[in-house]
Amino acid sequence: MIGLENKVALVTGGSSGIGRATALTFAREGAKVVIADINIIGGEETARMIKMKGGQALFIKTDVTRATEVESLIDQTIQKYGRLDCAHNNAGMLEGIPLMEGTEAQWDRIMNLNLKSVWLCMKYELRHMTRHGAGAIVNTSSVAGLVGSPGTAFYAASKWGVNGLTKSAAVEFAKSGIRINAVCPAGIMNTTMYIAQMVKNPAFAAQLTSVIPMERDGFPEEVAEVVVWLCSDAASYITGHTLPVDGGRTAI
Amino acid sequence: MSGKLKDKVVIVTGASSGIGRASALAIGKEGAQVVIANRDVAGGEETVRLIKEAGGQAFFVRTDVSKAADVENMVNQAIKVYGRLDCAFNNAGITGVTAPTVGCSEENWDQVIDINLKGIWLSMKYEIPAMLKQGKGAIVNTSSILGIVGTEDRPAYVASKHGIIGLTKAAALEYARAGIRVNAVCPGPTKTGSVAEERLFSEGNFEKEKVAEIPMGRFGNAIEIAEAVIWLCSDAASFVNGQALPVDGALTAR
Repeated sequence: MIGLENKVALVTGGSSGIGRATALTFAREGAKVVIADINIIGGEETARMIKMKGGQALFIKTDVTRATEVESLIDQTIQKYGRLDCAHNNAGMLEGIPLMEGTEAQWDRIMNLNLKSVWLCMKYELRHMTRHGAGAIVNTSSVAGLVGSPGTAFYAASKWGVNGLTKSAAVEFAKSGIRINAVCPAGIMNTTMYIAQMVKNPAFAAQLTSVIPMERDGFPEEVAEVVVWLCSDAASYITGHTLPVDGGRTAI
Repeated sequence: MSGKLKDKVVIVTGASSGIGRASALAIGKEGAQVVIANRDVAGGEETVRLIKEAGGQAFFVRTDVSKAADVENMVNQAIKVYGRLDCAFNNAGITGVTAPTVGCSEENWDQVIDINLKGIWLSMKYEIPAMLKQGKGAIVNTSSILGIVGTEDRPAYVASKHGIIGLTKAAALEYARAGIRVNAVCPGPTKTGSVAEERLFSEGNFEKEKVAEIPMGRFGNAIEIAEAVIWLCSDAASFVNGQALPVDGALTAR
């Protein structure tokens, strides 16, 4: 155990994949978990999985691209559990879109869901955390936020943005007792996001996972362990870092 | 503490003081059997005593990490006494003489590179074969934020710490398939409670000026580095490989 008993943790995009794994790991470590997602069935299922193991969880349907919904999400969290200690801003989407063929609508959709949502979530989370002088936030970026990613420039641009936002916010709130980091996964294949790409665009999906030095799939649970550790007091001097969880991909 | 390294055998080099000692103590409390390796006999034996006092297991093997024979002996002793090697925290290092690139002596250059960089290569050279035998292992090397950014008046130190990150990534790639993870920690300014440090901090405005540069507005504590090392050694970091993790209060995020 790493000491998250009595803490309240928020996970966006918690209906599946990495978000669900993080929600379950937060609960395993003793935290009360708020799950936010647009997918009601998946979100409720994550909450049910936590409760089945004796944990406490609440699902709140949220479109994280809308300020009013994010504000309401944080308000409801405080109303239900009285506090907010940790947040994993994880909701996002992946799509292989060749640069010249991409439309403005596709650009806007990716930027809103992957980047603006992280800003909006931090905006309202920080309002609460600064009042209490403590908190830990982890944003889901990607290895695509650290290197060039042919075939998915929009996604890469959004994830580079998440890393820039993370570092800026970390420095801005370092003295307020709030730590802000990002995780940068690669090669995590057992997620609905990745599987959807395998069906829609197999060549693009294969390219995403072809260069993992450890030569195996990563698991959502392995990202979850990183997120939850970064939120714990064991990482009390780590802030503003964009930590790859990638089986060695960025060491190449 | 919760047994995150229960029954693991862990080598810690440079464990006679500072981050190395704090890490060795924390690793001992996590249930590991700890091999303490450094040049300073009195300091190393004191670390062993502190681990045992806390109910842990440890022994000391005098090691100059810049000497291949010493490092080979260090790993052989670990195997002889505890039967295996699971993790290593290659941490021994020196800062060297403070002087700019032009004023840096060849003697200082060679000494810093030998201990800081060659020492880590030699440590991995002998640790990895022992880990390959069980098809699993985790290594953490001590770099520094000065392995990521530069500073004035410590050319050999900065070069050695940058080199450690290069070496870490290279080794991680080479042994990724074999089940061995290799990462580095990059401490920022860290308080270790040593006498020399207290003297330095009490000089003029040194501490105040340094702290002003750190976004979190404080120095790190040795235990905060130790926690990162323990986590990187543990199975919770099973897909984290070839990374240089800053533990620096956002100093390198600016």
